[in-house]
Amino acid sequence: MISRIEQDHSRFREIIRGRIRKNLRKYISRGDMIAPKSKGSVSIPMPQIKIPRFSFGSNKGNGVGQGDGEPGDPVGGDPQDGQGGKGKAGQDEGQKALEVEVSLEELAEILGEELGLPRIEPRGTQSLETKKDRYVGLRTTGPESLRSFKATFKRALRRQVAMGTYDRNRPVVVPIREDRRYRSWRTDPRPQSNAVIIYMMDVSGSMGDEQKEIVRIESFWIDTWLRSQYKGLESRYIIHDASARVVEREVFFKTRESGGTMISSAYKVCNELIEAEFDPEQWNIYAFHFSDGDNWSVDDTSTCVKLLREELLPRLNQFGYGQVESPYGSGQFIKDLRGAFPKQENLVTSEIKNKDEIMDSIREFLKGGR
Amino acid sequence: MSSLPAVLRDLQAEIEGYAREFGLQYFTQLFEPVDYRQMCEIASYGGFPVRYPHWRFGMEYDHMMKSHTYGLSKIYELVINTDPCYAYLLEGNSLVDQKLVMAHVYGHNDFFKNNNFFAHTDRRMIDVMANNASRVRRYMDRHGVAAVEAFIDVCLSIDNLIDPWWPFRRAQQRESARAITEPEPPPAEEPGRLQHSRGYLDRYINPPEFIEAQREKRKKEEEARKRKLPQRPERDVLGFLMKHAPIESWEADILGIIREEAYYFLPQMQTKIMNEGWASYWHSRIMTTRALRDDEVVDYADAASGVMAMAPGQLNPYKIGIELFRHIERRWDKGRFGKEWDECDELVERDRWDRALGLGMKKIFEVRKLYNDVTFLDEYFTLDFCREQKFFTVKENRRTGRREIEGREFAKIKARILQQLTNFGQPFIYVVDANYLNRSELLLGHRHEGVDLQMEYARDTLRNLERIWRRPVSLLTVLDEKPKRIRFDGSEISVADEREAFRV
Repeated sequence: MISRIEQDHSRFREIIRGRIRKNLRKYISRGDMIAPKSKGSVSIPMPQIKIPRFSFGSNKGNGVGQGDGEPGDPVGGDPQDGQGGKGKAGQDEGQKALEVEVSLEELAEILGEELGLPRIEPRGTQSLETKKDRYVGLRTTGPESLRSFKATFKRALRRQVAMGTYDRNRPVVVPIREDRRYRSWRTDPRPQSNAVIIYMMDVSGSMGDEQKEIVRIESFWIDTWLRSQYKGLESRYIIHDASARVVEREVFFKTRESGGTMISSAYKVCNELIEAEFDPEQWNIYAFHFSDGDNWSVDDTSTCVKLLREELLPRLNQFGYGQVESPYGSGQFIKDLRGAFPKQENLVTSEIKNKDEIMDSIREFLKGGR
Repeated sequence: MSSLPAVLRDLQAEIEGYAREFGLQYFTQLFEPVDYRQMCEIASYGGFPVRYPHWRFGMEYDHMMKSHTYGLSKIYELVINTDPCYAYLLEGNSLVDQKLVMAHVYGHNDFFKNNNFFAHTDRRMIDVMANNASRVRRYMDRHGVAAVEAFIDVCLSIDNLIDPWWPFRRAQQRESARAITEPEPPPAEEPGRLQHSRGYLDRYINPPEFIEAQREKRKKEEEARKRKLPQRPERDVLGFLMKHAPIESWEADILGIIREEAYYFLPQMQTKIMNEGWASYWHSRIMTTRALRDDEVVDYADAASGVMAMAPGQLNPYKIGIELFRHIERRWDKGRFGKEWDECDELVERDRWDRALGLGMKKIFEVRKLYNDVTFLDEYFTLDFCREQKFFTVKENRRTGRREIEGREFAKIKARILQQLTNFGQPFIYVVDANYLNRSELLLGHRHEGVDLQMEYARDTLRNLERIWRRPVSLLTVLDEKPKRIRFDGSEISVADEREAFRV
């Protein structure tokens, strides 16, 4: 039987899920609302979950404390905390927003339900697995190097005591063949990550902080969704202006370069990366490129198209191009892409004008179920 | 209790012996050892084994389990006001901790039994709550979980709108029903009649037609007043809605359940400082003078100081409570009270003042019987105590947004503490008129005492009230020092200016 509190608890989780679903667009467009908590979960502020009552608002930071100090000395405690906690006889919890913790799987599930995303059919039937050996017990045969001294000694001692050959004045214990015990192991199959996302971003001068924020939010959700679809997921990050390089995640979102834009440079690096590390036979590869659509020259654009058609697209599950609107970009690149690949199924383009459109863009990218 | 291990049973016998020796009067005390998961479960249910199903208990549980897992907090003791008195011990606590908790619990138990504000609580609340729970479950079977749960949400949203004096009035009414009927109020003076000494001019000074008209008018007013609902502003909003709102019988029953439980928990909110102070006083007293073994001192001191710690800029009820009880005890031991003491302003003499009366113990037992937090602080929070405990007021620095020490002015400190405690920390809300504008709208009034309402919650609460009343609901309040009327008409909230603030 399920205990009462578990019923209440699952009801509570259900309500939370409902609330997140309802406000998903808001949560998505305001990326700062979702804060990573511990590994594999995030915390989401949810003020509406609190039961409203007629209660006192903030009393403007006024309160009473106890201890040493001169007027003007700061007292600790977050002013946001207000008069919360047990300090006050009332039950006023100040302005502190209630936060709930949600696991990433749950979040992905909610996203999938709300956007109506199809499950992804992984490419290639063989699932990649590595094997891991673990010592689990004892057995009677095995290599000498795995002999367990303690267990063997115990067996020998027991035998000698039972046979009456044990002499307490001269406690010599001699194991014979039957006493020997060896450590045995079990082989556990371990799923290995078999999907990779390669993010590429234009960091030329025309991409501002707001554009990067959009990319950051979008990549978080794409990550979350794809992670729920594969047993393991790796990410790689490439930034480019006129030239491209592979960078760490932190660098990816923080770098700001100036200067021109050569999109083909990124595609080249991406291609090299795939060739070096990710065999398309075994990996599900996703590539997403975000830019403001301003490329250096028409020549470079045609290089890009060529690279995509000949090298990248055949190897990728999907190539996503997200064009973030910026005041400087011409936005030409997306038109060129659409013109060059009118019917290519695994190339998805999406225009993201502002944060409110992130959700639609995510749907655009992921609705294909590839 | 049979489930209590022998070690703890012996401990209980020992501690109970000390409690008896010190003169505590308690209900039969039952301890139950539970693991931390059970502890969190019981704590989410407010200390009761069975409550009606509701998600907020799950939320509490979620929160407690998490903060327990991360080691942020630990529930030490959990004791409920019932006869016999149940308390839960966390399995795996050290014996010193268990001792401390037991001593603490005997303090609470004594307080529950003897404090006057608990006099009208139902001591068989475990059964009552279990019955309530099974009724709610039945309604859920009949009307659906979602509908019932949504209605519980609505009721909980107004469960702080109760009248702290109602339990006493109810008791009094029962008394007076048995007593002789109250004497009739003296007949009201003839309306509009002027006093004079010339009887023969009476017809001219007080023309009969005029007097008659006045009489009619008075009668009409009287009738109108009688028709008005409620006749005077009513604080028991829950009770009022139960009687007068157009709700179905199951809804009324649920409203009644929420109200019953709210009244049950009310005294605990009214006596937080006293209750914790009293229990802390006794655990400290019992442990340090009797129960503690030499090798336990350090662990005890560690645990006890954790309980008494003051977060900077905040008040800890345990700390204020215990210090105030100790202060009172010292004062009455030394005879530092009464006219002579109050009028003495020689600092040196006051310092040396000791009449060796030894009345302290008797006094604190009396205080624990007669007071609640507000009256306790009002009477015994003295200038000396304030100085001794180094209280200060805190103000937010507008420029930096930092909270800073404002000053150590006694009157201000005391006023602020009392303000926080008044009406168990909740705003005063009254039902003013159930037929507002003659359109059977509900009008509530908020008696403004200096702090505005939290507007967002106030709006949502009005929505919930409309759900019960099924007609527009308005609330008179004050926002930024301007009188306002907030109205929810079923589809939208509107705020209008009022000429004057609501007063009772």
